[in-house]
Amino acid sequence: MPTLIEIKEIAPAFKQYLVKTPEIARKHQAGQFVIVLLHDHGERIPLTIADSDADAGTITLVVQEVGKSTMEMGLMSEGDHIEVVGPLGTPTHIENFGTCVCVGGGAGIAPLLPIARAMKGAGNEVISILGGRTKELVILRDEMTEASTEMIYTTDDGSFGAKGFVTNALDRLIEERGKPDIVVAIGPAIMMKAVADMTRPLEISTVVSLNTIMIDGTGMCGGCRVSVGGDSKFVCVDGPEFDAHTVDFDLMMKRQATFLPEEQAARLRFLEQHECKATKGTEVK
Amino acid sequence: MGRELTKKERMELPRQSMPTQDPMDRIKNFDEVALGLTAEMAITEAERCLECKKPRCVDGCPVGIDIPAFIHEMQEGDFKKALAIIKMANTLPAICGRVCPQEDQCEQVCVVGNKYKPVAIGRLERFVADWEVAQGGEVIMPDRQPETGFKVAIVGSGPAGLATAAELAMRGHSVTVFEALHKPGGVLVYGIPEFRLPKKIVEDEVGNLEKLGVEMRYNWVIGKIASVQELFTEYDFDAVFIGTGAGLPYFMGIPGEDYIGVYSANEFLTRVNLMKGFNFPAFDTPVGMGRRVAVVGSGNVAMDCLRTAKRLGAEEVICLYRRTRAESPARLEELEHAEEEAIDFRWLSSPVEIYGNEDARVTGVRIQKMELGEPDASGRRRPVPIEGEQYDVELDTIIMGIGQGPNPLVTQSTEGLELNRWGNIVVDEETMMTSIPGVFAGGDIVTGAATVILAMGAGKVAANGIDNYLRETVRVPKVRTA
Repeated sequence: MPTLIEIKEIAPAFKQYLVKTPEIARKHQAGQFVIVLLHDHGERIPLTIADSDADAGTITLVVQEVGKSTMEMGLMSEGDHIEVVGPLGTPTHIENFGTCVCVGGGAGIAPLLPIARAMKGAGNEVISILGGRTKELVILRDEMTEASTEMIYTTDDGSFGAKGFVTNALDRLIEERGKPDIVVAIGPAIMMKAVADMTRPLEISTVVSLNTIMIDGTGMCGGCRVSVGGDSKFVCVDGPEFDAHTVDFDLMMKRQATFLPEEQAARLRFLEQHECKATKGTEVK
Repeated sequence: MGRELTKKERMELPRQSMPTQDPMDRIKNFDEVALGLTAEMAITEAERCLECKKPRCVDGCPVGIDIPAFIHEMQEGDFKKALAIIKMANTLPAICGRVCPQEDQCEQVCVVGNKYKPVAIGRLERFVADWEVAQGGEVIMPDRQPETGFKVAIVGSGPAGLATAAELAMRGHSVTVFEALHKPGGVLVYGIPEFRLPKKIVEDEVGNLEKLGVEMRYNWVIGKIASVQELFTEYDFDAVFIGTGAGLPYFMGIPGEDYIGVYSANEFLTRVNLMKGFNFPAFDTPVGMGRRVAVVGSGNVAMDCLRTAKRLGAEEVICLYRRTRAESPARLEELEHAEEEAIDFRWLSSPVEIYGNEDARVTGVRIQKMELGEPDASGRRRPVPIEGEQYDVELDTIIMGIGQGPNPLVTQSTEGLELNRWGNIVVDEETMMTSIPGVFAGGDIVTGAATVILAMGAGKVAANGIDNYLRETVRVPKVRTA
């Protein structure tokens, strides 16, 4: 079974896990994800892959502690075993588009990293716009810098980069330098929606990576379905990436709240049981 | 045993009915509904068998169990011998004794059934399988033939995969089963509920296969972590069997199907069965079912959903089916159990639109009343809408139990694999070999959604095809494992 070989706290309520799982490491391509199960009473949670090293046989998971399972994962130790399924989903379509703008928000920066790297590797000029509530939540800055030709930062509180949202920065960028050939946006649903709303009238090809509720990750349950261009699509196998301009983000955001009461109850119960050990996680609205 | 019974005396013995949990008790728990025959009942039931010289029941069995021979041993009270006879043809008797549609197979052609009720062959099979487990200690397994050195990969650990694996292991091949989920059994584990097939039984039967030398690999999604071709080129297998089942959920394509509270039967059952969501929060996966639940469809999967919803405490559980009880594809036993459990069956009813509130949560459904018209291609009378006859029902949960298609994950990632227009794999029916030499397939991925035993039967045929292919065509294993 895969082993957690290194655990690092990279930001408040963000942990980076180096997981030994050679077969997955060997096959992972940008845009793919895994499903993780912590123990036999656990739930199967989809997690994005931030990096992989085929030679070392490892993948890197960057996990924001938002609910019971991610907080519980945060209490695990190096050497512990978890179940990992993957690599799942359709890989990102990589080619030399010309100029590629990678927009990342919060935990969405993690899956953006392998995509930015692959885009740069294919010859694209990669301009990355990373944003967060505050400076320390803009994660993986060094890694993204290496994977990009240019960096732009924004924070809600102005503690780092420009004060404001990633969409403000994208707006400015387009105004100053014209339309990029492709935009890849990964982050909270509301951020991806805002990017899509901005690039749609400009007809800038835009890709988003969705993170919906899943169980099996192989197209069996249909719990992850989203409406794309009026058709019902499964994020786990048809995605996770879709044309941002055709995704029904409003419905998707509502569906993400399917189990909100259960999730909140489970989170509170867990915090009561582990008061002193667990980080409080981040309340996600 | 006492005096030999005459033929007439045998036939006049009453068919032993299955003791069951009382309906009003069982809707409050997930324990098995059918409790199993007692030893005394089993012997009496066995006595009803006429031991026909040309038994028709054996032909009625997709895996060809020597039914009169095992029943004969039961008449003698030698349950161990009886089970050994069954296991020569079927390595999963505790499962088949529970979920096979015997009424359409062995029991349908039983001669006793011409005048009386047929011998309860399925109940006897289940009895001896359970008897062995109750005895504790080592289980009997068929002998393994000398190692051949051939390596066979089985994709999917459902009934087809397990049957193929067992058969090939007995023939001395080195068998590895790749399962995408974290537990073995496929539909036996994620689909069929605990109250119909306790999961402990599936675990035990898979444990028996491991004792036979079968290696199980979990969390391996073939098509992703390795393609079928790579199983040959990178993992050195000599043959591959695809038994990935009918795992693609169908929706109706009506407005409102993406609202919260609309589930595929697969999702609902997986949350409850595989992830043990009925035990939330002790288990982390929530089910999220509401209080007024409708299940669309009237097959076995729909019955499982209806009865599961009842057990989870739904106040109202409604079955919506566009035809009538007579056309229901569910086994009669399942239908009757559901009726005993006070499910509200609405025949000739087809949902046309699902309503939701501003949070996108389901609030109700519009139902179109139907009538039966001319027979369609399936031979059943086609349901036709009655114009102007629609009504609304308030609901918070709707489960789509209208069928499943072939999961395309493996088939679409395998170049050169011939599929039919529904996406099922095309095979040579005698060998079960696909359009790719060395790649075999069987079960629902070939036939479309069918039964556990048909998948197992296909697995046995495929095992034979694979065995012949290895010995006659491949001849020398890629890597000597023996």
